[in-house]
Amino acid sequence: MTNAILTGLMLGGMYALIAMGLTLQYGVARIMNLSYGEFLIAAAFASHWLFTGWAVSPFVGLALVVPAAFLLNFIVYKLLLTPLVRRAPNRDALEVDSILATFGLTFVIQGSMLALFGGAYYSYSFLAFPVQFLGETVAANRLAALGITILLGLVLYLALTRTRAGTAVRAVAVDPFAAQLVAINVPQASALTFALGGALVAAAGVLVSTFLTFSASSGVVFTMKALIVVVMGGVGNMLGCLVAGLALGLSESLVASYVDPGLTLAVNFALFLAVLLVKPAGLFGRATR
Amino acid sequence: MNARAAGLGVLALAALVLLAFVPRLGNAYYLALAISLLQYTVLATAWGMFSGPTRYVSLATTAFFGIGAYTVAVLGEILPWPLVLLIAAALGAFVAAIVGLSTLRLSGVYFVIFTFGLTELIRQLVVWFEVNKSRVLGRYVFVDITQADIYWQLLALTAAVFLLGWLIARSRLGFALRVIGEDETVAKHCGINTTFAKVALFTISATVMTLVGAIMAPRWTYIEPSIAFNSMISFQVLIMALLGGAHRLWGPVLGAVPLTLLFELLSARFPNTFTIILGCIFLLIVYMLPRGVAGLFEKLSATAGGKATGRVAA
Repeated sequence: MTNAILTGLMLGGMYALIAMGLTLQYGVARIMNLSYGEFLIAAAFASHWLFTGWAVSPFVGLALVVPAAFLLNFIVYKLLLTPLVRRAPNRDALEVDSILATFGLTFVIQGSMLALFGGAYYSYSFLAFPVQFLGETVAANRLAALGITILLGLVLYLALTRTRAGTAVRAVAVDPFAAQLVAINVPQASALTFALGGALVAAAGVLVSTFLTFSASSGVVFTMKALIVVVMGGVGNMLGCLVAGLALGLSESLVASYVDPGLTLAVNFALFLAVLLVKPAGLFGRATR
Repeated sequence: MNARAAGLGVLALAALVLLAFVPRLGNAYYLALAISLLQYTVLATAWGMFSGPTRYVSLATTAFFGIGAYTVAVLGEILPWPLVLLIAAALGAFVAAIVGLSTLRLSGVYFVIFTFGLTELIRQLVVWFEVNKSRVLGRYVFVDITQADIYWQLLALTAAVFLLGWLIARSRLGFALRVIGEDETVAKHCGINTTFAKVALFTISATVMTLVGAIMAPRWTYIEPSIAFNSMISFQVLIMALLGGAHRLWGPVLGAVPLTLLFELLSARFPNTFTIILGCIFLLIVYMLPRGVAGLFEKLSATAGGKATGRVAA
C-alpha cells in the first residue's frame, strides 16, 4: 500500500511538472498546444543522445536542453503562432487555429523523430540503483526526478508570485486587453511565457527519460495527460496543476497495482469526466461563463 | 425547389449511376483506388457535417472508424451482414452520444481534448478486454464480401450522406447549428437547445464514420487494435475536410479527392517521411487556406460577380 502511494506520488509529481508548462502556454499565451508531448519526447531523445553518445549526465543535460528548448519554442511562437494570433478576431478563433496548427506540428515533429530514431523503444540506465526512502525501496533516479520537480515547481511559483515579471504574466493570464492598459507588452510576455512553458516541458522530458522507456510515437499520451491535468486543475493555475497531477498519479498507481495496469488511461478519463461534471472550470478554476 | 437545384439533383443522380459501374471495369487497382476515394469522401463529409457549422474540431474520426471495423472483426462471422452493420452503427451512435453529452455541454476545448484521447482510450479498453477476457489479440475477418461489394456499399453510403447533409442543412436543426457556429450565446438566447443540436449532429456524423469502418473491415483479412485504431485516419480526414472547406456540404469532397490521390502517391514514394510531408501540407492549408478551396471559390466568384455584373454571388 505504502509503495503504491509512494509510486503514485512520484508519478503525480511528474504529471504536475509536465502540465505546468502547458498551463503556462494555454493559460497565458492562449495557445492550445497539441504538439506538447512531442516536445517532451524530443527532449528525452536529446538527453538520451547526450548520455549515450557523449556521456553527459542528464542533470548537466538539463542545462543544455532547457535553454535550447526555450529558444526553439520562442522561435516557434514568433514564426508559427504569431500570424495566428494576429489573424484571430477573438479568443475562440485563436483556440481553433492553434489547435489545428499545433496538431499539424505534432505530425511534423513525430515524423522527424520516426525518421531519425525509428519506432523502437529507447531507455538508458542512469542512477538505477535502489535506495531506502520512508521505509520503502525506490529507484534513485525516480527520487532525484521528484526532487528536481519540486525544486522547479517552487522556483516557478515564487517567480510568478514574487517578481514583477511574474505579476505581469499573471495579469496577461487574467485579461490580455486590460494588461495592455497598465503598460504590459502583451505579445512579448506571451511569447516569453510560451517559451518558458516549452523550457519546462523539455526539463520534464529529460527527467522522464531517466526512468521511463520512450519511443518516437509516445508523445500523444503525455500531451493527453498534461491536458487532463491542466483542465482538471483549472487553466493557468499552478496549485491546481500540482493537486490534479498528484490526484492523477495516485489514482493511476492505485488502479495499476490493485485493479489492472491496462486500465490506467480509462481511469484518467473517468477522473477527468467526473471533475468536468462537478466543476466544469476545474478544481481551482474560477467560473468565467 | 428551383430549376438549378433540380438540375444539380439530376446531375448527382447521373454521376451516381455512372460511378456504380466502376467495378465492371475489371481493374483491381482502380477499384481499390475508388474505394479509398469513397472512404475518405464519406469520412471527410461526415466530419464536415458536424465540425463545419459548429467549428468544434473533432479529432476522434479514428475512434469511430475503429469501433466499426472492430465490431465486424468480432461479430462478422457470427451474425448476418446487415445485422452486423446495424450493431456497429448503434455502438458508434451510443459512444458518440455519451461523449457528446458529457463534453458538448461545456466549452469547445474540453470536447477537443476528449476527442484527442478518445481513440487511445478505446484502443486501450479493447486491448485490455481482448487480453484479459476473450484472450485473443488480433482477429481474422472471413466474411463473404468482395471488393466490389465494399465499393457499392460505400457508394450507397456516400449518396446517403449527401442526401442527409442536404436535408439537415434545410431543416431547423441545420439552421440552429449555423447560429451556434456564429455565436453560441446568441443561439441560447434565441431559445435554441444548443446541447441537443450539437449532440444530435455529432451522433449522426459519428454513426456514419462507424459505418465506414464496418464496411471497410473486410478489406483487411486480419484486424488488431493498432490497425483498426490508426490515428493517421483522423489526421488525414481532418486535412481533407479543411482543404476542401468544411463550412459547405460539398467542400470536403474537393479536399478528399485530390489528397487521397496525393497520399496514395506519397506513401508509395516516400514511406519514411510520409508523416512529415503530411504535417507540412496540413500546416500550409491552415495558414494559406483557412476557409479551404470552397472558401476560395466563394471569394473568387464574389469578386468576379461584383466586378462583372454586380449580382450577388450564389
